[in-house]
This record gives sequence, C-alpha cells and structure tokens, in this order.
Amino acid sequence: MNRRVRRLGIGFVVMFALLFGQIAYVQVFAAGRIANDPANATRQQIAEYDVQRGPILASDGTVLAESIDTGGEDALRYQRRYPQGDLFGQITGFYSSVYGRTGLEQTMNPYLGGSAPELATSNLTDLVLGKPKKGGTVVTTLVPQLQQAARDALGSNRGAIAAIDPRTGDVLALWSNPSFDPTELATGSAKEQQAVWDRLNADPEKPLLSKAFQELYLPGSTFKLVTASAALENGVTVDDPWPNPRVLDLPLTHGTLENFGGETCNGGSKTVTIVQAFTSSCNVPFAEIGLDLKADKLSEQAQAYGFCPTLPPDETGCSDPMIPFATSFQNGRFPQPSYFEQNDPLLAFSAIGLDNDLTNPLHLALISSAIANGGNLLAPRLVSEIRDPSSRVVKRFDATDSVSHPITGVTAETMRQMMVNVVEGGTGTAGRIAGVTVAGKTGTATNGEGEPPNAWFTAFAPAGPDETPTIAVAVIVLDGGDLKDEATGGTVAAPIAADVIQAWLNLRGGA
Amino acid sequence: MSAVVARPRLLRGLPLVVVAVAASVLAYVLQGLGFADAVPSDVTLFAVLFGVTAVAGWAAVRWLAPRADPILYPVAVLLSGLGLAMLFRLMVARGHPEIAQNQAIWLGVGLLCLIAVLWFVKDVRQLDAFTYTIGLAGVILLLLPVLPGIGEVVNGARLWVRFGPIAFQPAEFGRVLIVIFLASYLAAKRELLAEGVGRWGLPRAKDLGPLLMAWGLSLAVLFLERDMGASLLLFGVFVVMLWVATGRPAYLWIGGLLFVLGALLGYLAFSHVQDRVDYWLHALDPATVHDIGYGQLAQSWFALASGGMVGTGLGQGSPTLIPYVGSDFIFSAFGEELGMLGTSALLLLYLVLVGRGLRIGVDQGNPFAKLLAVGITATLALQTFVIVAGVTRLIPLTGVPLPLVSYGGTSKVATFVMLGLLLRTSSGERT
Repeated sequence: MNRRVRRLGIGFVVMFALLFGQIAYVQVFAAGRIANDPANATRQQIAEYDVQRGPILASDGTVLAESIDTGGEDALRYQRRYPQGDLFGQITGFYSSVYGRTGLEQTMNPYLGGSAPELATSNLTDLVLGKPKKGGTVVTTLVPQLQQAARDALGSNRGAIAAIDPRTGDVLALWSNPSFDPTELATGSAKEQQAVWDRLNADPEKPLLSKAFQELYLPGSTFKLVTASAALENGVTVDDPWPNPRVLDLPLTHGTLENFGGETCNGGSKTVTIVQAFTSSCNVPFAEIGLDLKADKLSEQAQAYGFCPTLPPDETGCSDPMIPFATSFQNGRFPQPSYFEQNDPLLAFSAIGLDNDLTNPLHLALISSAIANGGNLLAPRLVSEIRDPSSRVVKRFDATDSVSHPITGVTAETMRQMMVNVVEGGTGTAGRIAGVTVAGKTGTATNGEGEPPNAWFTAFAPAGPDETPTIAVAVIVLDGGDLKDEATGGTVAAPIAADVIQAWLNLRGGA
Repeated sequence: MSAVVARPRLLRGLPLVVVAVAASVLAYVLQGLGFADAVPSDVTLFAVLFGVTAVAGWAAVRWLAPRADPILYPVAVLLSGLGLAMLFRLMVARGHPEIAQNQAIWLGVGLLCLIAVLWFVKDVRQLDAFTYTIGLAGVILLLLPVLPGIGEVVNGARLWVRFGPIAFQPAEFGRVLIVIFLASYLAAKRELLAEGVGRWGLPRAKDLGPLLMAWGLSLAVLFLERDMGASLLLFGVFVVMLWVATGRPAYLWIGGLLFVLGALLGYLAFSHVQDRVDYWLHALDPATVHDIGYGQLAQSWFALASGGMVGTGLGQGSPTLIPYVGSDFIFSAFGEELGMLGTSALLLLYLVLVGRGLRIGVDQGNPFAKLLAVGITATLALQTFVIVAGVTRLIPLTGVPLPLVSYGGTSKVATFVMLGLLLRTSSGERT
C-alpha cells in the first residue's frame, strides 16, 4: 500500500500545484486587470482616498486644493478642501466621491494621486518607511491677487476674464462669474453632494463650466484681429483704399450688411484704409476685405490662430483641438472653406465675427498675446511643474515647447499699431491707462434682435513701440452687463480689462 | 550521546508551538495596527489565553502520546491562530467581535476534544473492533439533518441539526466516523476486493457493491441535503481509500465515471447546482457582477487581485466586501491582506499537514491504522483543495470550511478530532 500512499502524495502535490498556479494567476499575472475591473469600484475608490493626494498651488504657493486627513477610520480617509472657495473652482475642478473628478483634479490625477512614474521613487520610500502614500504637488501659473482683481473688476457682471503673460504663455488669471465652491462636492455625504450637484446643474448659468475657456461665444468685432491679420499676411497694405458705403449689398442675395448702429464709417469718406476701419471697427470694409481674401485665406488664418475648422450645421465639434491645455479647453471655431462655397454672404458675416465663428476669453487672449509676442503663439501654460512630496521638482512644463507662428513679426508690429490706435482714439478709449500704452480691440456681438449684446474687449500692455508686453487679457460681459442694450465692448468690457491690466502692472511694480 | 538527546526529546515540538503562538499573536497585533492604528487593547488576554491553551495542548499531547508526530500539532496551532486573528479582524470590521470570540471558544473545545481522543483511544486499533457500529453511526449522523423537526435549512443546504439551543452540523462528525469505518472495512476486505479482476482489469460485479453504496450515500447527501461540498468530499475520500486499499486503478476510473454521472445528475436535478456553475463561469460579467452569487466570486477575485504579491497588510484591505468572508471566503481575505506570499504560506502549511499525514500512513504496519491515516489526510487535503479552488475560481464553489481557519464550530471540533486520531496513530506501532 505504501507505494500508493506515496503516489497519493504526488497526486495531492499536483492538486496543490494547481492551486498555486491559480493564485499566481489571480494575484500576480492577471491581478492588474482584475483589480481594475469597473465592478471593483469600491476598492479602487478606497485605495484612491487612502492616498494623501497632493495639493494644487498657485504660482506664489497659495493653496488652491489640499487633502485633509479625516483621521477617522472612514473608508474614505483623505478628503479634499479648496481654501479659496469658488475663486478657482472651475480651474481646479472638483474631486468628489460621488461625481468623480473634473478640471486639474482629473487631468493631473496621475500626479496628484501619486501613480505617475515620475513619483515612483518617493512612493517606494514611503512604502519602505511604512508611511501613507502621498501624491505629487501640482504648481500652477495662476496669480491669486490678479485672479481676485479680475473678480473685483468684473463685479456682479456675468462674464469671464482671461489673462496671460505673452512672453511665457503663463495663464495668470481665469475668472468666470458665477463660479462654484468645489469643497461642497468633495465633502459630506453622498446625499449632501447630490443636493449640491442638483443645484449647480439646475442653475441656468452653468457655474460648473468656466465661461473663460469651456464655453463658446460669437467673437463679433474682436474677430477683426484675425481678418486683419489674414489681410496683412496676404498683401493688403495699410494704405489700400476700400470702398466705404454705409450699407454693403451682399452678392447673390437681397441681404445687406451694415456698420454698427447703421453709422457711416470715418465720417462717410469715399474710401477708408484698413487702419481706419480697424480703429473705428467698421463692419462694411472688413466684410469687403473678407470677400476679397476669399474663404481659403481667412479660414487658413483662423486655423493658424488655433480656431478649430467646422462644417456647420452638422459638424460643429472639435475632435482635434489645436491648442494644448492642462485642462479641458474649448478652442474657438471657424468654418472650413467648403462651408462658404457658393455662399459669399456667409463669408462676409464670418469676416466680422458673426455667423458660425466662436471663441472665448482664453482663446482671444491667446490671439492678443501672439500679436504682443511678435507673432509667436505660445500654448497657454497653466501648470508649470510637478513636485514630489519632498518638494523636489520631478517634471517641468514649458510653454515654449509648443510655439506656432500665425503671423510674421512685420504683421504683428502693424497689428500692434492698429490696436494701440483703437485704445488711443478709436472704439476702445475706455481701456486707456494713464502712463501706459495699451493695445486693444473691442467687440459687440449680437445676441439676436432686441437682446442685449455680449461685450468683448481684448488688450495687451505695455504696448509702446519698443516695449515688451507683460500681459494680454480678454474680457467678455454677457448680455451687456449693467448697460444692457446700450452696451458695447468699448463701454462695458474695456474698463474691466484696464482694471485687470492696471492691477497686474501694480503687482509687478510692487514686486 | 543519549544524555544530549534526552533533554530536547522532552521538549520536542515546544519551540515550534512557541513560534506558532508568537506568529499568531503578531498577526493579531498587526491586524489591530492595520485596522485601527492601535495595538488591540486585549492583546495580552489574547496572547495569554491562546499561548496557555496551545502550550497546555502540547503538554497534553506529549503526556498522552509521547511518540506522536511533533509537526502536526504546531502546524494546527499556527493555522488556528492565524485564522483566529483574521476572524477578529473581519468581525470587528463587521461590528460583531463576539463571532470571533465564539470561535476562540470553539478552538478551546476542539483542543479539549483532541485531548479527549488521545485520552480515550490508547491505540487506534481499538476502533477497528466496531466496524459496522461506527459505520452505522456515521451514516445516521450524515443523514440526521434530513429528519423533519430537527433538521434546518441554511443557505439552501440542509446541514444543521438543532436540539434546543445547540445547533451543529452532524455531517462533519459523520464524515470522521465514516472514514474510520472505511479504514476498518477496507482493511478487512481489501484482499477480497482486489481479487477476481477480469480480463479488462475490472472488479467483479459483486465487488462493486461498496463503491455503489458509497456513491448512493454521496448522492443522498447531495439530493436530500443539497450539500455539494460534503457529497464531493465523501465520495472523493472513499474512492481514494478504496484505491489505496486495493491497488486497483479500475476503482479510480469507475469512481471518476460515477462522479461525473453524479455531478451530471445533480446539475440536471438542481437549479442551485446549475447556478453554481453559472456563477463560476460568469462571475465577472458586467450584467450580473452585482448579483450575490456572481458577486461573491467576483469580490473574492477582486480581493485576491488587490492583494497582489505582498498584500495590503493585515487590517488594511477591504475583505469585508466579500459576502461570507469569515467562513467560505476567509482564504481570499488572507489573499487581500497578505498577498500571494500569504496565501502560498497557508497552502504550504496545509501541504506540510498533508505530507505529515501521509508519512504517518506510510509508517504504519497495521492496515487499519494506515488506511485511517490516509483517509483523514485525504479528507483534509480534498477539503482544502475544494474550498481554495472554489474561492479562486479554479472550480465551481462548493462551500466547505477551510480546515482550522474558517469560522465554524463543528468543523473546527471535527478537524481536531481527526488530528487527535492522526496523532494517536502516529504514536502507535511503527514498522
């Protein structure tokens, strides 16, 4: 019998070998796939909340988001707080146990949660020392005082402001009113979070979305920056005369196109130059310029400035954004040339920022910053670096890695002069700042017959002949702000932009 | 030379018991640190009670069975201690520490039963005298839950018997008695059963009687009590013992065929057998993964996978997400918190147990003692295989306790009784 007992032993060893094989498969070889199964969400979330998530900081170290150890043996140990309330809500986004992540919390999650390979060394140290796993620190380029200044300048107006340093592409401020406080979605019970979520989603103002970079609006006359750039890039000179009727009869139709308020341009002179038309923001000559350029050239210039080509009415999305950004960013839209085939009237309206043109303050500020920066468009930089828990920099982001050249330096210089004219003696005089040369462009985009318009202003400064601009801003005030129907970009938006620029120059002067 | 050997022989096995106790207390401390960031306040009580009980058990074994195998007892202490520490961790998390305390009491009862076995059974061959009495008692215990009035259905299986306040699973003891009966019966009849093999190597029709009876009994357990695990174990142990006793491979093949036939019958007759197979095949299907049957297998896999190679650390995983984690799925809890290193260590401990058991069998000259050791060892080995393979989804899950580790009083006591018999066997006659 002993031979069979030994054989039985071999049989049992084989059976246990099968068990060893199975645990090796489940616990090691297929472990990643199994553990990441969506049905394992509870464990995944517990693991996620077991990490002391790294903070999000402003450029000066101000804490925008941090993790607090709730101490208790809660399943979700670390919870997120946003000490600045709603001031940066749409930029940081929220980190909710119920609704997931948005904003930088989402896009920077591998760093904040410590799973990025750059943080592997410090994780290993924590593991060896038995310390809780910590995430990396995300350092942004945001300047809290300027963000606050932008908020103060916009006041109770619904709208948004973007401010960029043209030299580096650094995003200095991105304020949108109304905003939301992400802490409300990151703490409390699922029920409390749901109440906040329902309230925010029921709000017609959509406070979860930033009007500065996640919504899109008709650019109106601010689009003349693009049309003028296209013209100058394609041989139009500052002296070319353009016919100056009060009303432009549009080809192929009975439709007409008028200047703002139906006024005559430049006192009704027979012809105007592009400079005069730009300074007074005349629609008729710019429609003529657009028609003269043809769809190809205008669309090409728009794409060079980062506008996403669309084919309305069906294809209006942007599957392939041209401008990279650290969080979800709606690039502007401009139709591709085929949209205008056999349809010159649409081209005329598109040349003055109507029809299917779309943009937002961040994109518009980028256009201004490209002009301010001698024709070099730097991708906007929101995150400057990642630090590990012991404050060592493990990754840097450099905006100069992503430079394009939508216009030449010569065109940029001409555009600068034209924009200075707008502020010195054109539609944007309310954007003037004592002792500082400001370059700007106004826009007043219709919201339809009888509705107050959206007021735009974009500017950069200092904009003197040999000065290096340090800030480019764009402001949108929705539905005319306080002035309602009477509002224009020059009257409502330009003073707000001037306040922000002034605040920035004061901050720099004090530095 | 003999003077040097004499002292260690007195304390033979004690160092291993001390190591087993130390490891169990360490596990208890670590689960507290991991779960509540604090050494459990009752760690001294745990250490003293567990340590004193374990050492007292060792002393009793040394006294009553001085020549017994020195490895079995420490391994049993370690498995019990680790299981107890894990059970405290799980039941504190579930808010029912009294369940773990309960199990600690059962551990004590189990040890007392082990000592009682050694006290009353001075030589295992005593048991050889009551072949049919023991067999009949085994069958009665096995089928007791079927009797109306005293049998209770829990989780679809009719396993429990209740006499007033005391509820237990008689099948656990019935299985032990049946193993003793089989050892006794086969020791007497093995030569007859091995004879008369025809041209095909097949046993004579009349020699198939015992095999068919065992098959019938297993099917009765399956059909009347709906206990797949017990049925499987019973039949498996019988076939193994029959083969070892007779040396006829034909019994293995016929047993295998009968097993397949029985499994097929069970599958066709019972929706819950069909369900078990479906849970096994489709545990992670998104459509059903949140249903309990699929979900517990999925959660078991998630726990094992989340543990990975080294585990989350005791007290730091989320094994309580698994339904029935304290009984059927305690292996997965070890997998999550101690990783593959921990589960491998557990399996190795069982392999040591199985290896020692078979070694004891080999060492016996008496056929009854030999078959008893093999039968007990096969029971433990198959039981371990069935539950570990079940929770790791190697085979469909049939709920049997993980020996010595899972929650379950009857199972723990029955396992200690088997270990007592094994120890007594090992301390008996040697060839």
